[in-house]
Amino acid sequence: MTNNRFPEQHGPPSEMEKIKEESDYLRGSLVESFEERLSAGIPDEQTKLLKFHGSYMQDDRDVRNERKQQKLEPNYQFMIRVRLAGGVATPEQWLTMDDLANTHGNGTLKLTTRQTFQLHGILKWNMKKTIQAMDASLMDTIAACGDVNRNVMCNANPYQSDIHAEVYEWSKQISDHLLPKTRAYHEIWLDEEKVLDSREEETEPVYGPLYLPRKFKIGVAVPPSNDVDIFSQDLGFIAILEDGILQGFNIAVGGGMGMTHGDTNTYPQLSRVVGFCKPEQTLDVAEKILTIQRDYGNRSERKNARFKYTVDRKGLDWIKDELNARLGWEIEEERPYTFDHNGDRYGWIKGDDKWHLTLFIQNGRVKDTDDYPLMTGLREIAKVHKGDFRLTPNQNLIISNVAEEDKNQIDELVSQYGLTDGKHNSALRRNSMACVAFPTCGLAMAEAERYLPTLIDKVENILDEAGLRDEEIVIRMSGCPNGCSRPALGEIGFIGKAPGKYNMYLGAGFRGDRLNKLYRENIGEEEILQELTPILQNYAKDRTENEHFGDYVIRAGYVNAVHSGVEFHS
Amino acid sequence: MLQLKEKNSPFNQEQADQLNRLLPTLTENQRIWLSGYLAVPLSGPDAAVQDFPQASETNGAAVASQTRDVTILYGSHTGNCQSLAEDFSQKLEQKQFNVTVSSMDDFKPKALKKVEDLLIVTSTHGDGDPPDNALSLYDFLHSKRAPKLEGVRFSVLSLGDSSYEFFCQTGKEFDHRLEELGAERLAARVDCDLDFEEPAEEWFQATLTELDTGHGSGGSVAADDPADSLAETSTVYSRTNPFQAEILENINLNGRGSNKETRHLELDLEGSGLQYEPGDSLGIFPQNDPVLVDQLIQAMGWNPEETVTINKQGEIRSVREALTTHFEITSLTKPLLEKAAFLSSNEALKKLIKPESSQELREYIEGRDLIDLVQDFGPWEGSVHDFITILRKIPVRLYSIASSSEANPDEVHLTIGAVRYDAHGRPRSGVCSVQCAERSEPGDTLPVFIQRNQNFKLPENPETPVVMIGAGTGVAPYRAFLEEREEAEASGESWLFFGDQHFVTDFLYQTEWQQWLKEGVLTKMDVAFSRDTDEKVYVQHRMLEHSKELYEWLQGGAHVYVCGDEQYMAKDVQDTLLTILKQEGQLTDEQADQYLADMRKAKRYQRDVY
Repeated sequence: MTNNRFPEQHGPPSEMEKIKEESDYLRGSLVESFEERLSAGIPDEQTKLLKFHGSYMQDDRDVRNERKQQKLEPNYQFMIRVRLAGGVATPEQWLTMDDLANTHGNGTLKLTTRQTFQLHGILKWNMKKTIQAMDASLMDTIAACGDVNRNVMCNANPYQSDIHAEVYEWSKQISDHLLPKTRAYHEIWLDEEKVLDSREEETEPVYGPLYLPRKFKIGVAVPPSNDVDIFSQDLGFIAILEDGILQGFNIAVGGGMGMTHGDTNTYPQLSRVVGFCKPEQTLDVAEKILTIQRDYGNRSERKNARFKYTVDRKGLDWIKDELNARLGWEIEEERPYTFDHNGDRYGWIKGDDKWHLTLFIQNGRVKDTDDYPLMTGLREIAKVHKGDFRLTPNQNLIISNVAEEDKNQIDELVSQYGLTDGKHNSALRRNSMACVAFPTCGLAMAEAERYLPTLIDKVENILDEAGLRDEEIVIRMSGCPNGCSRPALGEIGFIGKAPGKYNMYLGAGFRGDRLNKLYRENIGEEEILQELTPILQNYAKDRTENEHFGDYVIRAGYVNAVHSGVEFHS
Repeated sequence: MLQLKEKNSPFNQEQADQLNRLLPTLTENQRIWLSGYLAVPLSGPDAAVQDFPQASETNGAAVASQTRDVTILYGSHTGNCQSLAEDFSQKLEQKQFNVTVSSMDDFKPKALKKVEDLLIVTSTHGDGDPPDNALSLYDFLHSKRAPKLEGVRFSVLSLGDSSYEFFCQTGKEFDHRLEELGAERLAARVDCDLDFEEPAEEWFQATLTELDTGHGSGGSVAADDPADSLAETSTVYSRTNPFQAEILENINLNGRGSNKETRHLELDLEGSGLQYEPGDSLGIFPQNDPVLVDQLIQAMGWNPEETVTINKQGEIRSVREALTTHFEITSLTKPLLEKAAFLSSNEALKKLIKPESSQELREYIEGRDLIDLVQDFGPWEGSVHDFITILRKIPVRLYSIASSSEANPDEVHLTIGAVRYDAHGRPRSGVCSVQCAERSEPGDTLPVFIQRNQNFKLPENPETPVVMIGAGTGVAPYRAFLEEREEAEASGESWLFFGDQHFVTDFLYQTEWQQWLKEGVLTKMDVAFSRDTDEKVYVQHRMLEHSKELYEWLQGGAHVYVCGDEQYMAKDVQDTLLTILKQEGQLTDEQADQYLADMRKAKRYQRDVY
């Protein structure tokens, strides 16, 4: 079936293609699997379908071996990821997530690198209740994972509220437009009645029954902020403003982070701008690009299935021609733009008439500890806040749209609970990002979220000595090469190889416009510090004015600049 | 009466024929006279009489057939009464008594009328209730249908635990009721505490003397007989000679974050010769927590190295060892307090043991131990020896075996829930369970013996379906059952109901059940985890959910097993079974009761509850 459907084949279809094909539009046997009571897990092939519903089956890897000895199955549990275009949530939605985290989850909320909420530790029997509670709060998890368009990212720009509102609206529309149309989610989780004779007519007009060859990520950036890491997206829209008015978007295609250790046919890649479209053309462009990937993406080898490989294989010109052909009109020439950074600006900022407070949330983990009641503090804010919350692409949180007269109240809560805008932290820590990794992520090869803060403690000692405490350096760590924390765009990047061992990369662009390069392979903490010390010391001594660390290491010859993923391994 | 033949007697065929003709014609008095005549020391050259001693060593039962038959009925929960009864029976048979031994359940109540000498050996369960397999006879005897028992002679041996309020209650009630029905008491009832071996033997000797008197032999035959007529060779391990089993494995089955700790122990039985079947229990002689022992020694100011005599045989141990391995220090009983009162001039203690303070006494005893006693009621008089002699022997702990020896030759596995709780301002712990949890490493040994339990056995027919219901450690024997059925490749279907607190941490042996389900060794499994949901769900709820199917299994001849906590589970499960019978079988209350009673009788409803 797969072979006849698409114009190009790259070998026999992968196992996943068969699972999708036989799933009856993502239904599979999820209902039965979730009713079964003797295992907290579900069968393997069902876990693959479950992703399309926004959830991964995981287990607590800290206790996996121990439990095996105890004659207990792995501590199976589910991660649920919300679809939250642009990372905007109402206070009521925040409270819902907070409550779910504490009743069914592991007592924490994770703000992801794609601006959404993740709950961890949900038990099988609590999945339906959890999703229904989200539904009651007007949130869903459809297509938050799986071979579909994922959560659409959007600049969390707090400077210009009206532009943000407009751009955000487009990101939401893209998200809605590219949402799978199957009713499977509603039937399985929300008890929607199956309408018997609708099945014949039910189709996925955009996706078709096999959906995409692989995940597909879209982001919308508003220069000069590149907080969404626009070049890491399969498809990026770069807002072009003239005289404070949105003219349209530059279209960037073929970015992506993931790779496989030891396989040089896989690599992180930056997207490239192919043209420009007007705002009202955005949905059409997004849909057509997605269908190009649907038809030409590799459905045989999932490691090479991302859109970036399709783009690199077919070439930018071909993509542009194919896009124009599918659109039936021609996209315009790209417009000029400049980015100045990919990080967040912390603290209070006034944009138009409203105030916005960006809080530093280390690695996006919202939880209470003995000395930092972050989760409680944010809950108390949510109870009184009249604006909204914005989850940033750097896993931070903006208390957004606070009226002048409400600012004091928020400030009081911030100080009551000791919430931080991170300004007392080193600039390195404020620009740090780590994925979840251990203990819940099944892909993790090494620690990330639980380790990066302590590594930074030690790097800070070097920074302090070198007088670099306030120098903004982007540092990122991922537990595996799939790269959820976009490590290939860190001026200092770490990708896990094995417990305690990382590949260290240097030299990405501060603006998110250049990949980093492998500097040392498979090293532990001691070597990491040994390697970083002289480089940072030299940087402190030899940097030119406003020279970023990522630029310096290239000028100083530590690594070569990588402007395209195809050079990443060379 | 047995037809004598060459094969089953020491007589040649001619003698046997003569005896077969003669014996049935004898009157009661003639028989008594003859048996006495034949039993007295040899006085003449009569060949038949000369041969008699040999006859007793082989099979002379018929010739020496007593004028009065002895019936031993036992009500047994853990198997202690059963093994005592069987032991007594063998001893009596060797003394030429005609003996019938049976569990009360297997004995037809109507046959009571024909009974001559009746020995009752029974334990007491929980709050003074009869054990399961004594229930039907108990009810019959206490009903209006109970026959007059004039001419019947009886004696009752009761086993119990003096830390319970209704100590030996069932034995007392049988004793009282038999007398009430007109039977004549042979020997006074003996109420045994946990260390029952010695008093039980004393009761037996006393009873035996009376039985002997009854059949006119002068009573001398048995009395001087060596007690070890069942002499065991030196390699036979038993309750009186436990085997030191090495611990091979000791795992906590509860995952991190559990409220519970359930140990899975694997013990090495190699060289022990110990045999067991699924359903049997393993007895462990535990040791007291050395910390408690030291606290006690310190509180009393004793010298831990001083030696004391620990039993009637005069064995000697240091105070520390005696308190660690020989005596119970973790629970209090009324008799203990009464004896302790003689060693203290403390007025409060003297007041507490007065009859009018019985309620206060009960409350005091609950949850307290010897350290509380010595701290609360000093100053103490007398020597360490005086004190130690008032203590009970440390009771053995019995655990349902969790393995099949077919599947694990030379091993025995146990599932032991560590008991820990706070009481009266101090943390307390179960003696044996916490010893196993905290002070038992692989390589250490435990003194063990096998305790048979005929009342919890897989159906003989491997095709018979089984329904197994258990909560917590009550699941242990079902692991043994399934291992056994897997080894035997038994084709009978099986259905397990299991319950505990939390799915994630307390699903004991989870991966093993999953594997057996996959392989079809286990047909169905339903689980209930009471603390995962707001509304508590227990095994009986799962049974009700499957009421129709469960009824079909019952109708299809399934055996039903219940193992685990009596107070909170077994009663609810039984009520649920009755509900299902009424609901699905359209039975009345009485019919449902009868259905279950019939199942019990047919050994299709077996319980191992504690």
